[in-house]
Amino acid sequence: MTLLWIITGVAIIVSLAADRRKTRASLIKGLKMFWGVLPLLLGVLGLVSVVLAAVTPEMLQHVLSGSGPVPFFTALGIGSIALMPGFIAYPLAGLLRQNGASTATLAAFITSLMMVGILTLPLEARFFGWRVSLLRNGLALVGAALVAAVMVMVLP
Amino acid sequence: MKGLRKALPTFRTLWPWVMVATVAGLWACSRFCGGLAFGLRAGESLGGFLVEMALVLPPMFLLIGLFDVWVPREFVERHAGRCAGASAVPWMVLLATVQAGPLYAAFPVAVSLWRKGCAPQNVFIYLGAFSAMKIPMLTFEVAFLGWRFSLARTLVTLPVFIVIGVVLARLLPADFEPPGADSGPGAPGGSRCREPAPVCRSEPQPGNSAGG
Repeated sequence: MTLLWIITGVAIIVSLAADRRKTRASLIKGLKMFWGVLPLLLGVLGLVSVVLAAVTPEMLQHVLSGSGPVPFFTALGIGSIALMPGFIAYPLAGLLRQNGASTATLAAFITSLMMVGILTLPLEARFFGWRVSLLRNGLALVGAALVAAVMVMVLP
Repeated sequence: MKGLRKALPTFRTLWPWVMVATVAGLWACSRFCGGLAFGLRAGESLGGFLVEMALVLPPMFLLIGLFDVWVPREFVERHAGRCAGASAVPWMVLLATVQAGPLYAAFPVAVSLWRKGCAPQNVFIYLGAFSAMKIPMLTFEVAFLGWRFSLARTLVTLPVFIVIGVVLARLLPADFEPPGADSGPGAPGGSRCREPAPVCRSEPQPGNSAGG
């Protein structure tokens, strides 16, 4: 995070040295874009946090432990609810593993958690349009199942 | 019908604020009147998301603005355009894996890459790499799930999202343009690069080139 701010700062200074007016125009453009998506972003984050609060780690442990197709598909389904960054996904997955979730379930859960997001779809559609967003999420869901299936073969 | 058409834009502008206010209200209620663990959890996770957003998104959007103005279109086209071929893949993966932050931070970057002439399949490969195999996150994954699991997952995921990118690009019409976030009324339109998709020159056949 700090690195990102440093890089941005250096880039702005270099840009300012090269051309003041161009820099001003570009920074205003970037901030306008940010301002434009901010309300939608806040709404989606609000929605995700409400759903996240409803799904407790204990519940997940209950439905995702054990082996077989049921926990596997449940993991895919729950993982698809929202796009989650790794720092939420990994600790949760670590907890699930301690409670006896299988490799397939864990891989399906992590991959779909990071790549498929139904609640975050409006945000994605704002940038890419509904067609691309729906297609990307659909394919990513299939991909998550595939990753999990291969993982079982690699790590018995 | 007319009322619905009028109500929809109002709903669209209002629902995010209602949502945030609801979570804030729930949190405040649980915090000060006691009781509801649900409200506390919702408020805490929203707070976490907001901090994360405030840390990552402003510099990200500033960089996108600079990228838009300074990086020439030919540069992106040469390294990641429709004619760049497979050599673009390592570039996209590298670009994505060194970044941190949630996937929604990658959406605006992906759109501006796309508009600069990056081929759609490379845009999707970038998104795939960003979502599933970031280097800063790898140490984190190893800590919770062990290096065997992390390594296997990363190596298995890589080809999968490359295939997803290629398939997704094939499913879209050649002249498809993402709407982008600034395509609202009064904002600069996304129609700067409307020229038809460039046709790649096929590689010269080994036997044919000599004849001239």
